Amino acid sequence: MTAIPIRDFLLLAPEIFLAVAGMAMLVAGSYGRDNGGNGHRGCSVCAVAALAMTGGLVFWLQGGREVPEVILSGMFVLDGYAFFWKILLLIAATLTIFLSERFVAEGGYRPGEYYALILFATTGMLLMVSGFNLLSIWISLELMALSSYILAGYFKHQLKSTEAALKYFVLGALSSGILLYGVSLLYGATGTLELAGLSDALSLAVAAGDGQVLVALGWLLLAMGLFFKVAVVPFHVWTPDVYVGAPTPITSFLAIASKAASFAVLVRIFYQGLAFLTPDWQWLTAALATITMIWGNLAALTQKNVKRMLAYSSIAHAGYVLIGVLTATEDGQWAVLFYLAAYTFITAGAFGTVVLLERRAYAGETYEDYAGLARRAPFLAASMMIFLLALTGIPPTGGFVGKIYLFAAAVEAGWVWVAVVGVLTSAISLYYYMGLIVQMYLKDAEDTTPEPLYAPGLLATVGLCAVITVLLGLLPGPLIELAKGSLLPLP
Amino acid sequence: MEFLTAHGPALLFYLFAAMALGSAVLVVTMRNPMYGALSLLVSFLSVAVLFFLRNAEFVAVVQIFVYGGGIMVLFLFVIMLINLHRLHEVRMFAQSAPLGILVGVLLVALFVFSFVGVGFGPALATPENMVSVEGQAAGNSEAVAWLLYRQYLLPFEVASVFLLVAMVGAVILGRRN
Amino acid sequence: MANYIPILVFVLVAIGFLIVSLMAARIFRHGGKGGTNADPYECGNEADSLAHDHRFSIRYYLIAVLFVIFDVETIFLFPWAVMFDRLALFGFIEMMVFLAILVVGYVYVWNRGALDWA
Repeated sequence: MTAIPIRDFLLLAPEIFLAVAGMAMLVAGSYGRDNGGNGHRGCSVCAVAALAMTGGLVFWLQGGREVPEVILSGMFVLDGYAFFWKILLLIAATLTIFLSERFVAEGGYRPGEYYALILFATTGMLLMVSGFNLLSIWISLELMALSSYILAGYFKHQLKSTEAALKYFVLGALSSGILLYGVSLLYGATGTLELAGLSDALSLAVAAGDGQVLVALGWLLLAMGLFFKVAVVPFHVWTPDVYVGAPTPITSFLAIASKAASFAVLVRIFYQGLAFLTPDWQWLTAALATITMIWGNLAALTQKNVKRMLAYSSIAHAGYVLIGVLTATEDGQWAVLFYLAAYTFITAGAFGTVVLLERRAYAGETYEDYAGLARRAPFLAASMMIFLLALTGIPPTGGFVGKIYLFAAAVEAGWVWVAVVGVLTSAISLYYYMGLIVQMYLKDAEDTTPEPLYAPGLLATVGLCAVITVLLGLLPGPLIELAKGSLLPLP
Repeated sequence: MEFLTAHGPALLFYLFAAMALGSAVLVVTMRNPMYGALSLLVSFLSVAVLFFLRNAEFVAVVQIFVYGGGIMVLFLFVIMLINLHRLHEVRMFAQSAPLGILVGVLLVALFVFSFVGVGFGPALATPENMVSVEGQAAGNSEAVAWLLYRQYLLPFEVASVFLLVAMVGAVILGRRN
Repeated sequence: MANYIPILVFVLVAIGFLIVSLMAARIFRHGGKGGTNADPYECGNEADSLAHDHRFSIRYYLIAVLFVIFDVETIFLFPWAVMFDRLALFGFIEMMVFLAILVVGYVYVWNRGALDWA
């Protein structure tokens, strides 16, 4: 490595471009006195353009790879797996920006820094899913997390939002510390941080005898940190408060982009770095998946607040995704990719509907706010119904297809009981999702019920998500093929 | 004298480890936050000595600069911003404190039990790595630089973006509209 | 390790100096604690209220946070400086990129008026 690795930096161009775009937006938006949310449209167009160009660069430079290539002295890997996630994350960030327009305009925030933070968080995610060294993964994860803490506290004058940011920050910092401590113990035992050699080094350390304790504690702490990031019971306590308190577009960002990126990293670390410990983490994941599905769905039953219900629903769905993770088979793995891709559109649409019913003081959050929506806004109500059916897992939606493949993969791999818990808890979830559909279609609106906002851009986004949700249910083939072509080698 | 040269580093380790732990306990038990902050400083500096003892001089200096300097300033500012008069009326420990102590003791027991007598694998078996560059003896800072600016170049640049985001966050959340 | 023995001696002398001077003060001072001795010294004027009766601006904290961030940044310069010749042009460009990103942050902070005191 004596010469400057120019080629490596060229291959890193998408990430560099996105970070530079974020900085340009940050500086451009900081000139002048407070402009009370003016220019938000221009800024959001620029941000979407930056994401689209990054997507183009990802296609051009990092796409179409049969054989993984590791660059920058083992820090960064280019493979089909990372490519799939990058495209999905860029789409998720774009959807978030579509949902944000109204929030930025009405809140009177400086649009430049808001969109810049989303771009920085996305940069962190892109680096995360390509990370091939525990240290580069960790620092990228922190870049994503720090940006998310700030975005969650964006309603500075709302106590709920400040509380959300504070809780998220304190618990997030704690979990990052735990994760890093686990990494340091694994490094102590093996002397390596690179995922490629970690598994072999682990087997050597365990065979040597002394290393067993270090390895056991190390991987458990590392896994705990990751489970916190994907919000799995019992590491989920931050989720409901943060999801309710954060501005709704940001809630959506956390539920789709942050969660997907964290799952991508979790699967990569488990499958590639901890391959040697596969039976161990399979059992741990199976236990947590079961608790998560049961607890998430039962807690969602009692919620009166739609955002809080969606938060618990998001916890429960993390449990379903874990089913695919724990199988350690090809079928399980592509089911995870498919499910999280479908979940991105479903959840973005559901939160988009919440945004349309929202007022500044957090209206549009109780079940009653949705009463009679079918009569007042038939299109919106129909879209929301599609999202709720998809979350339950009812055909013809992408949620149904995803769940079927997850459960089928679990049964095939011999984890029948986990799949059974998944099916039973899905049945429970029907109750609380139906509650909202009943409100929309069978109840009448009262005087205090908020009118849905007429915002063409937002409506179009929600509609697009609904169409894609149904399309994924009717024609899942292309996405399944794409997911099947983006797999990691099995542990 | 012979005893000292043979066991000097070990004695220093136990001395400063005890100081770090003792002052850390004082941080949470002192009622006066000023005393707590000063105990924290003692703890930081003791940890810095522990890094010195392991030849990690660069990390030791970072510990003194960033924690002993920057982080302590932050703590003193917070103490300045809060109302000290009311502090006498505040309960020192929440009701769940006994449970917390129990969990803490169990965790310490777990780690002590796990680590006593365990040899730390390859990473610590060759401490000369920390003071050499490509096999030649060098200072610890040189060794860190050789790794950080070559092999760990990507995390290093990402850290810079990370610090930028931290600045943005400080301005957004710390400035009144 | 032997390089640090002078520093150890220095630390011991410093601790000894503290003990000796505090003990000397205890022996030679007259009068006790309390009374006007405990009042804050305000250049000969009597203090009219305690510092904690006033609210401080959050700006102090903002400045402190920015200080810590730039403090961390300077830390990265030290190892680079000691290896400057061996890291050569590559290291130089790398550090300039690092600094450029932080200059972006500096421009942002400046423009947003976080450094204005008025």
